[in-house]
Amino acid sequence: MVGFYREMVRIRRFEERSLRVYQQGKIGGFLHLYIGQESIAVACASLMGDHDHMITAYRNHGHALAVGMSMNECMAELLGKATGCSKGKGGSMHFFAPDKNYWGGHGIVGGQIPLGVGLAYGVKYKDQKGSAMAFMGDGAINQGAVHEAYNLAALWDLPAIFIIENNGYSMGTSQERSSSHPKEGLAARAEGYGMAWEIINGESLFAIRDGVGRAIKRAHEESKPTILEIHTYRYQGHSVADANAKKYRTKEEIDDYRKNHDPLNVYRLFLLDQKIMSEDEMKEIDGEAKQEAEVAAQFADESEFPTVESITEDVYWEADNPDKRTSEGRLFFND
Amino acid sequence: MPEISYRQAIKDALAEEIERDENVVVIGEEVAQYNGAYKVTEGLLERYGPKRIVDAPISEAGFIGMGIGASMLGVRPVMELMFWSFAYVAWDQIINNASSVRYMSGGLINVPIVIRGPANGGTNVGATHSHTPENLIANMPGLKVVCPATPYDAKGLMKSAIRDNDPVYVMESTLLYGTTGEVPEEEYVIPLGKADIKREGTDVTIVCHGPSVSVAMTAAQILKEEHDIDAEVLDLRSIRPLDEEAIITSVKKTNRAVLVEENRPFCGVDAQIAYTIQNKAFDYLDAPIQRVSTIDAPAIYSPAVEPEQLPKAANVVEKVLSIM
Ligand SMILES: Cc1ncc(C[n+]2csc(CCOP(=O)(O)OP(=O)(O)O)c2C)c(N)n1
Ligand SMILES: [Mg+2]
Repeated sequence: MVGFYREMVRIRRFEERSLRVYQQGKIGGFLHLYIGQESIAVACASLMGDHDHMITAYRNHGHALAVGMSMNECMAELLGKATGCSKGKGGSMHFFAPDKNYWGGHGIVGGQIPLGVGLAYGVKYKDQKGSAMAFMGDGAINQGAVHEAYNLAALWDLPAIFIIENNGYSMGTSQERSSSHPKEGLAARAEGYGMAWEIINGESLFAIRDGVGRAIKRAHEESKPTILEIHTYRYQGHSVADANAKKYRTKEEIDDYRKNHDPLNVYRLFLLDQKIMSEDEMKEIDGEAKQEAEVAAQFADESEFPTVESITEDVYWEADNPDKRTSEGRLFFND
Repeated sequence: MPEISYRQAIKDALAEEIERDENVVVIGEEVAQYNGAYKVTEGLLERYGPKRIVDAPISEAGFIGMGIGASMLGVRPVMELMFWSFAYVAWDQIINNASSVRYMSGGLINVPIVIRGPANGGTNVGATHSHTPENLIANMPGLKVVCPATPYDAKGLMKSAIRDNDPVYVMESTLLYGTTGEVPEEEYVIPLGKADIKREGTDVTIVCHGPSVSVAMTAAQILKEEHDIDAEVLDLRSIRPLDEEAIITSVKKTNRAVLVEENRPFCGVDAQIAYTIQNKAFDYLDAPIQRVSTIDAPAIYSPAVEPEQLPKAANVVEKVLSIM
């Protein structure tokens, strides 16, 4: 139980540190922070066995750390360094660690969901007892590909777990303004596909573990998909560049979440109340996480950028393995 | 003439056309209440109300297909793609439906839709967000595609696009939104299919479009200052229809051509331009045609390296010098 706390704190401190790095101008493009949603990635990752997989969208730093990626490789990726998890080629939205059953990190809204169904298909095809958790936001559920993927998973009894991280907004659009759905919630769309579904309060790490646990059991034992809708909240803007972050919602709303519904805080109070941890022990974990993030920031800073030559590496397997090449003809057209 | 931003120029075009034609409606993600992800539609909801400025959910295939359908009834939807990179989820609508309805109906049905949004690299948003698909679209008969590089062109081309009876896809640039330029107060339109000489010259023609225009202009300045070479910079502005005449006229004058674009080289727009030049001005060429394009790989994220992947003025200068 202390481990869950440590993981949530690590994600929070990593992202706070990365925000500072972004403000120093060392990170390009977008930075979508997961702050406020950490309980979900941590709970889900804690349930993963050898054949359980994870794939998500661009708000992916939390999932990456939760499955065991190091702060160093993540921070270095944010800075676009060759030591980053994707050699500086992917950036903030595109982290990957297939060795940890973590398949990214995807920038196109909803685009990862068919891939997640593909992971579930692969697991079933190989007769493994496993599952694929495919995460998306409340805005992503309106992409056509998501619905095609739902149908395939249900039709072919695939061990997919669709996890909607409902943080109330897709950029500046509230959930009410983007989705028509049964009154029970977004996950209830599962009814139309004859799929199991559940709505979970994301404040509670245990509630998430319970619900996801049931879905994993369904996947492992019956090879059936589930849609889970987990209610959560992001305190920061859609991305750090979201200048309107406080315009489409009230300050009171943000403050209320921060004060009363922050999963990290809720869990902290629980641990204190149950005397599982003391304030001092928490401070220690906090200090370690900050230190780890600091070290990562330094590691990233000191790492080298990828070379210009590396731009055309990692495009084709054949080009990277010329001795094993079987096709003929020209692959690149740079002159 | 007032100096306004590229962003403002597009907004003014939208506003003027909304006022001119009651059928013009702007639809896209975050275009209304949020004022546009890149603020191109800022204030339009307030001015024209929710019937004319419409927020759509993240369902590009659905709402763009809807726009195409509505255009068949004479509505003139101007659809915003937050990035052209998001077009692919709606590709069947954008490519298949929009380009073939008129043809398959034997000309009975028109599709007067505009799809607009930024298409450029250079902002470190990675491979999924940095596409420049003007070449893919230009490959489709039935579709038109324009790539304005200045506020003046953006406004004039946008107005023409909205009035056009065919699907017109406008590719903007997030890096250009903040740039400024002179735009007259009086109304004007720029016909689609007219290239523009951005800088007159006699020694070499640099053909470019969209974000590569500023690269070409910088190169031309370096060529003049450091090598006393007078480059003519020809901005295509419109890819399809294509102003072949302007290209040929310029090459006949300068006898040399260097083609610059942000597309990848293979099947890029400039592959067609090179063919056109050799086909129609072969005898006027004093040297082989040269090209500068983006290094042939998906867009790299690394902020330090991405600029190296994109066309640079130095590359253009080098290519020009190689044929002088
Ligand atoms: C196909 C596509 N359309 C639009 C976007 C731009 N975009 C990125 S994130 C986002 C909002 C998504 O919201 P949600 O699914 O709720 O996830 P959250 O950001 O809240 O985690 C939008 C519109 C995109 N990346 N891809
Ligand atoms: Mg959301």
